[in-house]
Amino acid sequence: MSHSLFYLLSFITLFFALLVVFAKNPIHSALYMVMTFFAITCHYLILNAQFLAIVNFIVYMGAIMVLILFSIMFLNLNQATEPQKSSLLKFAGVISAGLLMLTLVGAIVKTGGGDVPFELIKPDIGLVKNLGKVLFNEFLLPFEIASVLLLSAMVGAVLLAKKEIN
Amino acid sequence: MAFYFISIVLLGFIAVYALMAVWAERKISAWIQDRVGPVVTGKYGLLQTFADIFKMLQKEDITPTLADKKLFLAAPILVFTAVFMGFATIPFSPTYISSSINIGIFYLLAIVSIEVLGILMAGWASNNKYALLGSIRSIAQIISYEIPAALAILAVIMLFQTLNLQEICMQQGILSKQKIYFFGFWEVSKIGGFFAWTIFQAPHLFIAFIIYFIASLAECNRTPFDIPEAESELVAGFHVEYTGFKFGALFLAEYAMMFLVSMIAAVLFFGGWNTPLPNLASFALADYTTGTYWGIVWILLKALSLVLLQVWIRWTFPRYRMDQLMTLCWKVLIPLSFVLVLFSGIWKLFILN
Repeated sequence: MSHSLFYLLSFITLFFALLVVFAKNPIHSALYMVMTFFAITCHYLILNAQFLAIVNFIVYMGAIMVLILFSIMFLNLNQATEPQKSSLLKFAGVISAGLLMLTLVGAIVKTGGGDVPFELIKPDIGLVKNLGKVLFNEFLLPFEIASVLLLSAMVGAVLLAKKEIN
Repeated sequence: MAFYFISIVLLGFIAVYALMAVWAERKISAWIQDRVGPVVTGKYGLLQTFADIFKMLQKEDITPTLADKKLFLAAPILVFTAVFMGFATIPFSPTYISSSINIGIFYLLAIVSIEVLGILMAGWASNNKYALLGSIRSIAQIISYEIPAALAILAVIMLFQTLNLQEICMQQGILSKQKIYFFGFWEVSKIGGFFAWTIFQAPHLFIAFIIYFIASLAECNRTPFDIPEAESELVAGFHVEYTGFKFGALFLAEYAMMFLVSMIAAVLFFGGWNTPLPNLASFALADYTTGTYWGIVWILLKALSLVLLQVWIRWTFPRYRMDQLMTLCWKVLIPLSFVLVLFSGIWKLFILN
């Protein structure tokens, strides 16, 4: 049951991810990305990580994608106004995407892959209580560092947005 | 089987509720403004909104030529589905909740954010400047007001230590397994009634309710925060191009959303399905008025009173300006709700232990 569910969800995820790239209209592209995130949320659910699933849902679908759509609407993009990218930029894009793929393939090979696509060692690992305990005991330092990083990003954003008063 | 039955009953109930709420809103506004309101159709004009909806269903379903047709069709469906999905985790009585998941309230916050996407799609797909402006205003407002609402909710769930709405309800009445204290000093676990409600469990939670209520008005695009639909500036905001059944669906979704946020407020702050009547001396009123059917009656009464309050506010206050709205959210409500979260932590650690 969950095997076929996993393959169905993966198909949906990849299908919409490809549509994001191939869609001509930027708004459609962003909406397909919302669908991709929704499918990823379902992946979290079948991994029993309910809390993370909803966090993914709220943060990516509810906040980030809405902000992206919001800014696309203001920009009024269409094909005529889109600047042609230089070949150097395209080349850099291909190289960085290739490196990302290499990393992912390397990571999968390193972890052994295996024929079981997913396996739950502790089925209740994704509940809020367990997640909180793990975050505030084992991974306290990385958690705090991540929060400081986010705070500095926030302060930076405020500084950039603020008008210079002369 | 019971699940399908209940969901169909709920859908029917929401449709009838929305129609009656429109009628009630018109009557109340008439009363506030010294008018008579609808009187012609049916007794006291009761059938007015039924007549309106039948007219709406017969109307031609117009899609603007330059609109994005698929998104234009999908937007009302998405908005209504999102709001209706929210009712899945609301407990209606001690024995009935559609889905008792352990992330209940968090799921509801997620559902509210889907509605934003629907509004955005509606505004953009209409290919109309007023619709686009309306949806942009609406999104800016809803995204901003989600933060104080979520923080006010966090202040409550920090005290209850659970995200499951059924367990939150349980901890506000005589069925509670934990001890309940009235303002932290008087144990009311066996007395129940309104003494055990969240807003009476700690002094700061009433402020949390007020913040949540203000934020929920903004999330439903209700006055004084209805600038997305400001008639004098934007015609009708994001749904200006919608006609017929699609307009009806958006309209229904707006009233269903008002009901949903009121249900959440009732569960989080006013004891959900718990009775307001306490066990005092030899009158075991709370024991008598707690149960499946009583639970449904109480929660509906509480939620509908909050809807009434929203209607009352709409016809009392003028509209906010956009910058005033943002100032209120970011400079007043968010810092205040952070203070409430901090206070909740202190209360839990030092008063309740």
